[in-house]
Amino acid sequence: MKTFDKILLTNMERPGYTGSLPDYEGTGGYKALKTVLGNVPPNDIIEMVKKSGLRGRGGAGFPTGVKWGFIPKDHPGPKYLCCNADESEPGTFKDRQLMERNPHQILEGIAISCYAIGAQTAYIYIRGEFRLATKILERAITEAYQAGHLGSDIYGSGVTVYVYVHVGAGAYICGEETALLESLEGKRGKPRTKPPFPATHGLYQKPTVVNNVETLANVPHIVNRGSEWFASIGAPPKSTGTRVFCLSGHVKRPGNYELPVNATFRDLIYELGGGMRSDKPLKAFIPGGASAPFLTPDHVDVQLDFESVALAGSMSGSGGITVMEEGTSMVWAAFRLMEFFYHESCGKCTPCREGSAWIVQILQRILNKQGRPEDLRTLAEICENIGGRTVCAFGDAEIAPVQSTLKYWRAEYEVLIEEAEALKVSRKEIPVLSVAQAREVEGSLS
Amino acid sequence: MIFDKHQETVDEILGRYPVRRSALLPLLNLAQKEEGYVSQAAMREIAGILDLTPPQVFETATFYTMLNLKPIGKFHIQVCRSLMCALVGADPLIEWLHKHLGVGVGQTTGDKLFTLSTVECLGSCGTGPMMQINDDYYERLTEEKVGLILRDLRESGDCPMKSGPFMVPERGEGVVSQ
Repeated sequence: MKTFDKILLTNMERPGYTGSLPDYEGTGGYKALKTVLGNVPPNDIIEMVKKSGLRGRGGAGFPTGVKWGFIPKDHPGPKYLCCNADESEPGTFKDRQLMERNPHQILEGIAISCYAIGAQTAYIYIRGEFRLATKILERAITEAYQAGHLGSDIYGSGVTVYVYVHVGAGAYICGEETALLESLEGKRGKPRTKPPFPATHGLYQKPTVVNNVETLANVPHIVNRGSEWFASIGAPPKSTGTRVFCLSGHVKRPGNYELPVNATFRDLIYELGGGMRSDKPLKAFIPGGASAPFLTPDHVDVQLDFESVALAGSMSGSGGITVMEEGTSMVWAAFRLMEFFYHESCGKCTPCREGSAWIVQILQRILNKQGRPEDLRTLAEICENIGGRTVCAFGDAEIAPVQSTLKYWRAEYEVLIEEAEALKVSRKEIPVLSVAQAREVEGSLS
Repeated sequence: MIFDKHQETVDEILGRYPVRRSALLPLLNLAQKEEGYVSQAAMREIAGILDLTPPQVFETATFYTMLNLKPIGKFHIQVCRSLMCALVGADPLIEWLHKHLGVGVGQTTGDKLFTLSTVECLGSCGTGPMMQINDDYYERLTEEKVGLILRDLRESGDCPMKSGPFMVPERGEGVVSQ
């Protein structure tokens, strides 16, 4: 792997760095905010972020500057920025580290982004389980207000930014941006039908940008070092910069690793992750959180950027890579992920709500050796009837584990179903009598 | 009235939002922090504060898995059962807890100390198996470690093994030439 500079994890890897305000300021923190406020027109910042090629780090990978550009500039009323800290995609745990170890990096990104889109209020929507991260963020916000980095008339520039932490209460779907907005409005977290998009009708029907924690954390660095610098890292022109990849599963050293996006899965799994935890070889990996289709050992030399992973038939998604060793049942793995999706389906769209339940039932019976020969066709048909037929991307996500394991490890399903058939045959040794035969037996007994 | 003594906090929460209903989740969370669960009385009180009907509050509350609508034990043990933790041993751990505590998933021990739940992904996949007990995460669990955690909680109500600010790998841990 070639040498590269980390962007997001640099500070927190310094010895003794606690993430406090003095620590952050001591490493050049809030310099970017000071530079832009009152000096650089908001539109120039949007252009700068567009040119950097920064794309959303939450999963969809939408170009951040373009998203900001959709906010109507002449809108008279309030606009909002929502920082998506709901991190709930199984396999992903980077935002937690970014928040708990370097909260001001995110707050500076939020302040600059608010200035760029003309928002005076930002809400950080954080998942309810992240109690420690919530405390740390709230403390950091208080520090930033006291030091004048947030609040009204920041540095005498006339710019006002207020930041609030909004704590969720347990719902995966609230990471979907319109479900997040519904939840923030105090309702059930059900995704909205789009259009209209949040850029014009978001929080309280006002223009709103929703950005992931990691996306916003990149903004101060782009301001400090320029869009050309950022755009030169990774796999330009389409996937630029670094990403914090989360490695989990059967590897020696799971954890968060920041890499330029042109690194490969091999670099991540074998070099940084130390390879497989036991002598068993790699069997499968999920390249971008639970919503991404499984890939095989044939794909380890694929680059981590959005396009390369998409070409390999999956998605880079949230950057959560889960590794599975030889001996792991792929039917079982798909089943466990399906249980997750069944549990987390919000229930708004029938195909997703009912389909996830049916898939769980079928996978369970296959695993219990009660599968039927027609089950694989049924599974494929249910998946086809969910994909693209729901309001949000959850429907497409929940069929990924089933479709991809059926594609690469169909034989494992077939073996289980054949075993079920064999058991059925052995059960047949107990004779099943026709009605006429039964009457005959009855008659001989009376 | 459970919110009377928290008037200042309630006012601060209401001040964050231009629309009152946005305070619903924060108030439900506050009610749970106060009573250990969200009682019907609390939901009626919240409805009053936010100019909503009690069914509107109840409808929202039932959507979110963290809100307990029934009383639970003093320590709520929530073990992650999603695939990433299951790959590294969550299932035997849940079985161990079930035997050790003598209660099934969703049940509370006779002394009202522990409620055992299994939950989906808590965002700690690189350090599984893991569990959350009340506000705290406990990671890289083994049966022995869980035994010690439960002992500490029984004895002092706190345990030093809870997770601090998260960083994995830690500085210097597993550093590879780049």
